[in-house]
Order: sequence, then structure tokens, then C-alpha cells
Amino acid sequence: MSRLFHSISTRSAGKLLGTFLLCVAVFALLGASDPATRFTEIGHQMMCICGCNQILLECNHVGCPASDGMRNELMAAVGRGDSDSLVEQSFVQKYGPTVLAAPTTRGFDRAAYIIPFVALILGFGLIVLVIRAWKNRPTPALADGLSPVRGAALEQFRDQARKETDL
Amino acid sequence: MAEIGSFALLLALALSAYSFIAGIVALAFQSRASSSLSLALQGSGGVVSSESSFITTLRRGSERMGETARRAGIATFAAVLLASVVLVICAFRDDFSIAYILHHSNRDLPGPYKFAVLWSGQEGSLLFWSLLLAAYGFVLRLRYKTDARLFAYASVVLSGVQIFFLLLLNFAAHPFAIVEGTIPADGNGLNPLLQYPEMVIHPPMLYLGYVGFTIPFAFALGALIMKYPGEKWIHITRRWTMVTWAFLTCGVFLGAHWAYSVLGWGGYWGWDPVENASLMPWLTGTAFLHSVMMQEKRGMLKMWNMWLVFATFWLAILGTFLTRSGIISSVHAFAQSSIGDWFAWFLCITLVVFVFFFFKNKSHLRTEHKLESLVSRESSFLFNNLLFVLLCFTVLWGTWFPKISELVQGNKVTVGAPFYNRVAIPVALLLLILTAVGPLLAWRKTSLESLKRNFMWPTIGAIAVAIFLMITPQSWGSAFGLKPWQDISYFYSLMAISLSVLVTLTVASEFYRGGRVISKHTGQGMFASMVQLTHRNTRRYGGYIVHFGVVVVIIGFAGAAFNQDKEMEMGYGDKMTIGPYTLICRSYTDDDAPNYASEWAVLDVYKGGKQIDTMTPVRRFYKASQQTSTMPDIRSSLNEDLYIVFEGLNQDNGHPILKAHLNALVMWIWMGVWIMLIGTGLALIPNAPAPVRVAAPARLKPTQAESVVTGD
Repeated sequence: MSRLFHSISTRSAGKLLGTFLLCVAVFALLGASDPATRFTEIGHQMMCICGCNQILLECNHVGCPASDGMRNELMAAVGRGDSDSLVEQSFVQKYGPTVLAAPTTRGFDRAAYIIPFVALILGFGLIVLVIRAWKNRPTPALADGLSPVRGAALEQFRDQARKETDL
Repeated sequence: MAEIGSFALLLALALSAYSFIAGIVALAFQSRASSSLSLALQGSGGVVSSESSFITTLRRGSERMGETARRAGIATFAAVLLASVVLVICAFRDDFSIAYILHHSNRDLPGPYKFAVLWSGQEGSLLFWSLLLAAYGFVLRLRYKTDARLFAYASVVLSGVQIFFLLLLNFAAHPFAIVEGTIPADGNGLNPLLQYPEMVIHPPMLYLGYVGFTIPFAFALGALIMKYPGEKWIHITRRWTMVTWAFLTCGVFLGAHWAYSVLGWGGYWGWDPVENASLMPWLTGTAFLHSVMMQEKRGMLKMWNMWLVFATFWLAILGTFLTRSGIISSVHAFAQSSIGDWFAWFLCITLVVFVFFFFKNKSHLRTEHKLESLVSRESSFLFNNLLFVLLCFTVLWGTWFPKISELVQGNKVTVGAPFYNRVAIPVALLLLILTAVGPLLAWRKTSLESLKRNFMWPTIGAIAVAIFLMITPQSWGSAFGLKPWQDISYFYSLMAISLSVLVTLTVASEFYRGGRVISKHTGQGMFASMVQLTHRNTRRYGGYIVHFGVVVVIIGFAGAAFNQDKEMEMGYGDKMTIGPYTLICRSYTDDDAPNYASEWAVLDVYKGGKQIDTMTPVRRFYKASQQTSTMPDIRSSLNEDLYIVFEGLNQDNGHPILKAHLNALVMWIWMGVWIMLIGTGLALIPNAPAPVRVAAPARLKPTQAESVVTGD
């Protein structure tokens, strides 16, 4: 097992990240496509437009002037075999862009998704740079007669300090 | 009564203004007197001259003035308390001549809700905010002897914030405004959604959290202005911050529980702007609680901590601005009015003041940062802070994006749960990984060998649990038989549960390792050793318990992927099946109470062919407000909640329409919150002194060592 860990630790972080992202992408694309599942999936990407501000399939008030009709339309579109984007487009044309529960991945809407991840990457980069800069700072000179403790002796003091201060 | 309340508010404003101005003048004179005195003493070679005695007199005078400012701050609390008591009395006396009482109460409103009227509307909740701020200020000003000068600065900052709220109350949102013309016989009643026991405690908890972050901010700004040496202000505010954080945590989750129990849509978090408003300061506050340790232990991140504490305070005010200005549409922004402008100005002023003093005195905060290794506790805190701040930014970005979209492309868009699920969940998972790794890293440097050694078994455990969850049959329960390739939400759930197990195991291993050392030295049992271990470093081990609470909450969130629901019209004897449950409608009826009329259904619940419960979902019609509200019936278990909503009646045949939700693992969320609060409580307990073994003098006991106790 320790070998396994050793091999894992020696892989590059980039490869691991790439594998993780690939897995996410593959799983995201592997959706079941039967009509009932599609109805549920698309219905959870839409909003009820009656003003209740709820996801279409979660709008829970009887007598809602909008949600029943919208659900029927969605059911019919899924039954016809319309693609997801076609269903979305027809709803947007009829009810306006606020009918979609999240921004699209087109035009300026893309910024909604890109900006947080750009911030994440920039933040990571910045922190790595900061850590490197702090790490490479020269150690302050010691007074005469003192020599810095290094190696095994330093580790021993560290262990001792941890034990004495943390427990 | 209204006159008394109005007078109390005016008096509070005057006292606050005095406390603010006199406080500034006193501090300015004290600073000048101190520097002049030292110059005078230097000039006279240490001999007390007439000039230096004049300066001493000036200093004494300014100290006396500072004392009057402190007392005015204390008196502000008394005045605001009087105004609040008057408003509550007016609610209990059904004094509908006061517009606020008319709009938020009625004669048949039960007593606890009449008390809750204080924070149920715009004006009252601002008064309540002001009261809490004054109460925090009262405690702060009583404890001034800890460090009179720093407390005086903090007191001035608090007075500045208090003035803003009292100006609002006196001139923009007056809670004692009088009804013009004929006074109605009864009030409009309280919003039905607010007539729920948790609404009596949710707002106070949330406000205690929001308002409480003013205290660390006041100390931080005070320390910045006076160039306070060292980290003492951090030590002073540590408990304030933790208590405030606990209140905010409690408030946020009480809100979630209220939404779950009252709104009847089966969920607990809708990413509504008002919910987001409470989450943002919580995220930055949590980041601050972590990064402050860097400043305490290593003297690092002084500037960053200043900004974090300011951001937390600022976001709490921004949240209030969002809730009340109407600038962003929300289902439960409870009021829209012109006070948004006041908040916008206040936000600008606080930003300018903070930025001014930050750039003026930032040299004071400069430190020589030195890191020995990337693999260290310091690095993990940096990444932890990045992720918390990024999550906060994501929530802020998502909340404002409809407005930004309207400005850029001319049309609004909705930013709801699907957006946050896509963007925030991956970041939250990264944070969970860091929660697992962080505690295993030592300050300064951790060798990869020791990291591997400590991390191996927790990782094996987490992978084993993930495999177990994938291969077990789905019939075992909601979280079993998880096939991550079937749906992205299953993938996220599996990741969340596995990482939660990883965190739990690392936390457990920390307790075990520490407990083993103590057990070896003292001969105590493992449990007693772990208790002793926790007591010796309550902050660290209390923090681990908070981490454990967080993973329990995360497991609860992960359950959302397995939720099911079903809607059906049910007559006598009709049957509905959802998951392992069968519901049979035994009856449906209606009832009439003074405050509301209600319709309800009686459902027998069967599981495995055996009746296990009878449930009664209700829908109420509140007479005063002419509004309806659902009271879902919830049957909770560790595995899932059976959640039934009475949606209404079919107008043709009078049959009730019922919606049943099967919500997986929801109870874990509420349990996790309790654990988080217990952990925070533990972290607030002072450390027990660690026993130290010293060799006894040879002449007393030649062979034995004696156990003694160290000081603090």
C-alpha cells in the first residue's frame, strides 16, 4: 500500500487534476435520456414564471396560473423528442430569458460561469507565487556565536515543540 | 406610548452622537497630550515644568471626557432598550394607532408572535438591530478596563455605526409613526409565513450574528487607527468572533429549517438573494476564524485579516441593503423602501473610512513573512482562505449577476440553484479535501513521509466507503447503490460522502494519536485521555469537532441527489406510494380557530406492510392578512424525511391535493449544526493547564517524579 501511495505522490498534480476534470465531464455527459428523466432534468432547469421564484417542478401552490401549463408544454415537447436546446429556446421565446433557472452558456451569460473559475485559477496562482516568495526570503542573520539548528536536530526540536504545545 | 418611544429614539441618537464626537475629541487630545508630554519631558531633561503640568491637566480632562463618552454609549443602550420595550408593549396592547403595529399584528395573534412583531417588519427589525448593537456596545464598554485605549477606539467606531441606524430609525423608517385618520379596529396581521415557532428565534440569532461582526470590525479599525502594537486585539476579539460566528451559523441554519418546515416546497436552501446575504458574511467570517490563527501563531497575514474582518462586517450590511432596498428581486425580501439609499451611502462611507486608514497606517501592519515549506499548516490556511473567499465571491457574483446582465445586455437572467450547483459544488469539494489535509500539517514544515503516514489509513477508509456505496444494492437506503456514472449529482454526492469520511477519519486519528500519548503517560483509559486532550487545547479540538459537524452537514446536503416527490389528489381510502412508504388517506376535514381557518388531511403511513405513523399536513387561511400558508407534516429519520404538503382542494370534488417528498439524509444537516455548535462551545472553554512532570528534590523523594500543574 505504501508503494501505491508513493506512486500516487510522484504523479504530477496536473495529471490528477486532468483526470478529475475528465471524470466530471464524462459523468456530466452520461445522463440517462428516457422521457421521464429528461422531463425531470429540464423541469429543474426552468423557473415557474408566476412570481413565486421557484423551480418549475418545485412550484407547489395549487391554482398557480403558470406552472401547470408550463409543465404540460414541457411534457409535450419531451414527448415529441425535441432536443434540450430546442425546448429551452421555445420557452425563452415564450416566457423570456428569466424562465431559465441559470444563465445559458452563450454570449455574455458565459461570464457567469467563467469568472468564478478564472478567479479560482488566478487565486491559486497568486498563492503559489506568494508562498514561493515567502519561502525564498533570506533567513535573518544570527548573532555572533550562534549557529542555526538544521537537519535531524531541527526535526527533533520540532517534534518536541509539537508534543509540548499541541497536547 | 408612541411619544415615549419616539423620545427614546431621539435621546438614543443624541447620546450616540455625543459618545462618538466626545470619544473622538478625547482620543485626539489624549494622543496629542501624550506626545507633547514626552516632548516636554525630553526638553526639560525629565524635570516637571509648568508646560508639562498643563499637558497633564489637559490629558486628565480628555480622559474625563472619554469617560463621559463611554457612559453616553452605555446610556444609549438604555434608551434603545426603552424604545424596543415600548414597541413590544404597544404590540401586546393592540395599539393600532401605531402604523407598524397595525401592519404587522392583529388582536388574535398569539403572544409569542406579538413579541416577535419587534423584528417582523422593516422598522421594527431596524430597531432590533440597533438594540443588539447597543447591547454589544454595552458589554464592550463595561469591559473597557481590559485595555482602556483600544476599547475607547472600538467604542467610537461602534457609536459611528449606531448613529447610522438611529438616523434611519428617526428619519427614514420610524417604528412609532402614527396612523393618519380613523384607526382600524384590528390590524392587518403578521405574515403567515412568519407565524412559526422558529421565526421567533431565527431573526434574533441571525441578527446577533450580523450585528456581532461589528465588534471585531470596531476593534480592527480601532487598532488600525491607533497603530496598536502586537496581536492583542486579535486575542480580545477571538471570543467575540467565535460567539458571533456561532450565532450566525445558528441563524443561517434556523432559516434553512424554517424554509424547510414552512415554505412547503420540500427544500431548505433556494439560493435566494436573501439567503445568499446571510451566507456571504458567514463565509468570510469562517475564513477570518482560520486565518487569524496565522496572525496569532506566526504574526502573518495582518493586512489580510484586517480586510477579512472588514469584508465580513461590510457584507453583513450589504446583505441588509439587498434585503431592504429592493434592488434585487427576492421572494422573501420582506420590505422594499427608500432606505436602500441610506444603506448604499453607509456602505460607501465605511469603505472610504476603512480604505483611508488602511493606506494611511498600512506600514504598521507590514511583517516579514517567511515560509519554510509549501507543505505546511500556513500554506493550507492560505488555500483555505482562498476557497472561502472564492465561495463568497461566487455567491456575491451569482447574486448580482441578474443586475449586471441587465446593465450589459439589457435583459435580466435568473441565477438559481443550477448555477450554484455547477460553480460552487466543485469549490466546496476542494475545501473539503483541504479540511481533511489541513489538520495533518504541522506549522512551518511537514515531511511528505509523515503526511503519507498520517494520511494513508483515512484515505483507504474513504476509498473503501466509496466502493461500498457503489456496490451495495439501492434497496438498502437512499445513499446506497450510488452509480456516479448515471448522473453528475450522484458523482458529486459520492465525492461529498467519501471526502466527508476522509475528514472524519483524519479528525478521529488526531484525537486517537493525542489520546494515545496522554494515555501512555497517565495510564488513563482512551476516552478519558481524549477528554483531557480536548480540555488541554479546547480551541484546536473544539475546532475539529466543528469540522466533524461540517462533514455531517455535507452528508446531509449530499442526500439531495436522491430526493423523490409525487403529487396526487386523494379521496377517502386512496393510496399513494413513494419509496418504501405507502400513504392511505383516512380522512380530510377543516377547522376554525380565532386567528386562522385550516384544512387538513389524515394519512396513515405504512412501511413494509405495517402501519408506522399517521400524518396530518395542514393548510391554513389567516383571517387578518387574508393569506394562506402550508404546514407540512414531516416524519424524520436518519435515512430520509417523509414530507407531506397539503397543497389545496380540488374545487370540483373537494378532494385534497397532496404532495409527498422523500428527502434523503436531511436530518444529518440539523444534527451537524448541533455538533458544530457544541464544537464552538468547546472551543470557547479556557484550556486546562497541562500537567508538567518535574523531578522531585532528591532529599524528599529519591526515586519518584511528582506531577505538578503549570500556570496559564
